[in-house]
Amino acid sequence: MKKVLALLPLAACLALPLVGCAEGEKTVTLRVSSWEEYIDLGGWDEAIDLESGDITGVNSMVDDFTEWFNDNHDYSVKVEYSTFGTNEDLYNRLSLGDTYDLVCPSDYMIMKLLAEGRLEKFSNGFLEGGEYSQNVSPYIADIFDSYGWTEYAACYMWGTSGFVYNPDLLVNQDDVSSCEILLNHDYNRSVTIKDNVRDAYFAALSIINRDRLTAGLSSEQLSAYLNDTDSATIALAEDVLKNIKDNVYSFETDSGKADMVTGKVTANYQWSGDAVYILDEADADEVELWYSVPEECSNLWFDGWVKLKDGIDGDVKRDEAAEAFVNFLAKSENAIRNMYYIGYTSAIATDTVFEYMDWNYGAETDDTLDYDLSYFFGDGYVLSADACNFDGANRGRQLFAQYPPSNVIERSVIMLDFGDRLSEINRMWINVRCPDLKDFNPAVWAIAGIAVGASGTGICLYVFRHKLFGRCRRKKGYEKV
Amino acid sequence: MTKLRFSRKQLCIPYALFLILFVIAPLIVIVYYAFTDGQGNFSFSNFTNFFTSTNTLGTLLYSFGLAAVTTIVCLAIAYPTAYILARSNFKKKYVLLMLFVLPMWINFTLRITALKEILSLLEGNISKYPFLNSVIGMTYDFLPFMLLPLYTSLQKMDKSLLEAASDLGANKVTVFLQVTLPLSVPGIISGMTMVLLPSMTNYVVLDMLYNSDYIMGSLIGSYFSAYDWHNGSMISLVLLVIIFFVTLVTNRFSDKDASARGGVL
Repeated sequence: MKKVLALLPLAACLALPLVGCAEGEKTVTLRVSSWEEYIDLGGWDEAIDLESGDITGVNSMVDDFTEWFNDNHDYSVKVEYSTFGTNEDLYNRLSLGDTYDLVCPSDYMIMKLLAEGRLEKFSNGFLEGGEYSQNVSPYIADIFDSYGWTEYAACYMWGTSGFVYNPDLLVNQDDVSSCEILLNHDYNRSVTIKDNVRDAYFAALSIINRDRLTAGLSSEQLSAYLNDTDSATIALAEDVLKNIKDNVYSFETDSGKADMVTGKVTANYQWSGDAVYILDEADADEVELWYSVPEECSNLWFDGWVKLKDGIDGDVKRDEAAEAFVNFLAKSENAIRNMYYIGYTSAIATDTVFEYMDWNYGAETDDTLDYDLSYFFGDGYVLSADACNFDGANRGRQLFAQYPPSNVIERSVIMLDFGDRLSEINRMWINVRCPDLKDFNPAVWAIAGIAVGASGTGICLYVFRHKLFGRCRRKKGYEKV
Repeated sequence: MTKLRFSRKQLCIPYALFLILFVIAPLIVIVYYAFTDGQGNFSFSNFTNFFTSTNTLGTLLYSFGLAAVTTIVCLAIAYPTAYILARSNFKKKYVLLMLFVLPMWINFTLRITALKEILSLLEGNISKYPFLNSVIGMTYDFLPFMLLPLYTSLQKMDKSLLEAASDLGANKVTVFLQVTLPLSVPGIISGMTMVLLPSMTNYVVLDMLYNSDYIMGSLIGSYFSAYDWHNGSMISLVLLVIIFFVTLVTNRFSDKDASARGGVL
């Protein structure tokens, strides 16, 4: 009897995988991982009333995908959607053995995963006839082609980097047009930059090469200067970043958005997608914020869906489901829903998306400005926008942040993966962030010395208190008795 | 049918399993990573990396300084509070104690965010006082960990000892210095360990209060985000050794005291 009892849990364990198998015949589990707050979660209280039809987000995008997929296929899909905080976080999870089928890392992480041979190619059907390949902007498609990513990655969102700023708090409006604002003592302890070595290094390179970058270089030369990981350059960047650290409000992790709205911070180096979100939030609080792309250059970034070999593992149905998910997100109305919800810029360039831009940013006043979006949507796509939302060529509000004009695009550079230079750059970053023993104030040493001395004496006095004071007195007492 | 019976040894099995899985195995992994390089070869380079850089040593010192100041401030606030609470005949003292412990039940990031706003109101631009703010944040966060052990040790103290001391002619100050303080040393020690060690690595407080300097926790994190498990593990190991020695010393301290107490009583 005892033996039988002992076997029961074992039998239960053995039965579990069998149950899983029986279910697996009809249902494919798709493991998707993406950034936090990077997809429509539904529950809108407003509809986007375009001429081509209303768009609303009632259910979450993932639920809508599941429903649509199950209606149109002879097997069903179950999406396990999880999120990650940083590209490095995702990479570490993959290294530690987590398996995903479809993930959405940034450009340089796609490069790294691709170089390591972890990515699965998209099928010919996807590349030739899928919604993504039909709807994606030719501008994005060209860039992905030139870097050799087309077969492995489908762009989801993209943008630039620049400063979100509060024009009322600026001493001079042009200050925000350069990364040098990070070193400007007029804004001592009132500008922030992300706590992220890549963005910080990019800003430092912009400052170091400022004179050359503004002299009108070709895009290859720009790219070479801003992807320079030479030891001498890293050393220069270290000095610049140390000065930046002494001047900025902080290297912020996630507080930048709130601090802009409350006015604690004058300018915040951000990604364009977050900038749109911050501008929208601030508008709701009746604070007018703007976005500026530094005149030196801007970091052009892409987040794209990639299929992982480990996850797909040769499973045809899972592969099909993964591609269906990417194509589902590439439908015009879904791209609009995601853009509306998260504020980022989708890679999808269809007439409906342009119509949405017009709905969102079309001119409401008489003072209009023709905003040329032909590089992205194709020839003839010029949006008539309110002129009051632009300030010169480098500064503007939401539309400017969401779709940068072509002059900004011309000076934008993709920041490549550091590759094997990463450890040296990380060491530089640690040197910037760690308090250096050599820089400690003599007063600090003196205080520390006194504190150590005092606590040492205190402990000694306490430990030997009987020997020093107590013992003799007590002996006397005993003798008297 | 025989009854199911467990011997004492068998009852230890779950705990032993837990110990092996979550304490011993991770330790082995840390030690392995700490003494290997990227190619998996045995090397001391991580060790020398840490002890030859003035930056990492500076961080160690900075973290220790921050933690030490936090501990002293916590002790200075918590000791009188615990003393008053333990000695008073207040009917409502449990409510008072609860008020000190209550913040522990509220999410910590929420509390620090609130603190951030209060400090901004008081100081203006709070990023100008990073060290001070970090100490305040850490103190706010760790005060209950200091208060509770102190309160327990003062509360369970035998009141007749105090009466005896007074009967024998000791004034209040002498009673405190000769009886109360020595008897509360175990509480002080356990409170100090509970505050000192976590505050060396709790970098979230620094992040949220705009201190851009790294402490030990953020240093480890920065190595991990560069996929460098080896240097990160080495720093964890260094911390572990420091903690080990601190515990060793403090344990001796309190043991000695306990035995001395036993001898006197």
